[in-house]
Amino acid sequence: MAKVLVVTSGKGGVGKTTSTAALGAALAQLGEKVVVVDFDVGLRNLDLVLGAERRVVFDLINVVQGVAKLSQALIRDKRLENLWLLPASQTRDKDALTEEGVRSIIADLRTKFDWILCDSPAGIERGATLAMRYADEAVIVTNPEVSSVRDSDRIIGMLDSKTVKAEKGERVEKHVLITRYDSARAARGEMLSIEDILEILAIPLLGIIPESQDVLRASNVGSPVTLNNAASAPARAYIDAVRRLMGETVTMMVPVERKGLMNRLLGRRAA
Amino acid sequence: MINLLRLISGRNASAPVARERLQILLAHERGLRGQPELLELLRAEILAAVSRHVVLDPEKVVVRMERGKQVSTLEVDIEVPNGFERSLAAAS
Repeated sequence: MAKVLVVTSGKGGVGKTTSTAALGAALAQLGEKVVVVDFDVGLRNLDLVLGAERRVVFDLINVVQGVAKLSQALIRDKRLENLWLLPASQTRDKDALTEEGVRSIIADLRTKFDWILCDSPAGIERGATLAMRYADEAVIVTNPEVSSVRDSDRIIGMLDSKTVKAEKGERVEKHVLITRYDSARAARGEMLSIEDILEILAIPLLGIIPESQDVLRASNVGSPVTLNNAASAPARAYIDAVRRLMGETVTMMVPVERKGLMNRLLGRRAA
Repeated sequence: MINLLRLISGRNASAPVARERLQILLAHERGLRGQPELLELLRAEILAAVSRHVVLDPEKVVVRMERGKQVSTLEVDIEVPNGFERSLAAAS
């Protein structure tokens, strides 16, 4: 049965789009049929992170308004045949998205894919509420930083009240994905620790993505980090996270960025 | 020696402060969440009414609704500074 998963955070710039691309690619790499849907109408970027920016012809709004068929708007990844993208519109504003339109597209996608990953825009406005509206599960992307944790808490409250599942008295399954984590700084007490974040948000941990140059490098070349450098610390962390989403029990590791020789030695030991 | 280490390593340890600030703030925000707008309205009007006579810290006015099976209770908690009677007497 298809699963609709929203990648959300409230705060901008914490890594929603990067994480959507990486999780989507990792699921496809493990054989699942995946579509990633960009809900950031007016400020689309998922196409760019996936390296498909020059292949966008039709978008989500065109499908909602009946200008294009869903099959015309879906873009198949050139590297992963199981991965598809439904881009957002760059020119329209977010009001062009209607609840009924989103409902009908999600229902259609459910018949064609194993996973539907909705990349939410930042904020708590219409775009963000529509991205989470039909979700079965949610990944809340959080940085170890006070403003991000506060906004995540707010989003968790919305997931528990404004989704179709919540209105039916059911629960959206929620996971926190901690990104841009620097274990050395956390150990020195300069950064909120994993324990602090989990205690405050009180939802289960999906994974810890380390602060890493590989993440920027991957988005620079338009390739999800799990595909661009599958052996890198962030890629391994995303792949582990996806295995957990698929129901496997994977030991949680705090991935260490490998830099110099010293770090390399330490990294091997920690990993 | 341990103290010395703690002193050195603890100098930049701002994470405990972050954690504490978040816990206090979120306890407050979670309390506000999901409350009907009625409560915000009541709070504003009560604050305005009392403020006409007593100087208040707006943060010290708490209006809370406890929903029970049979009845619900509306709790209004207003912290007033000591000596406010004098300012009342002076005003009248």
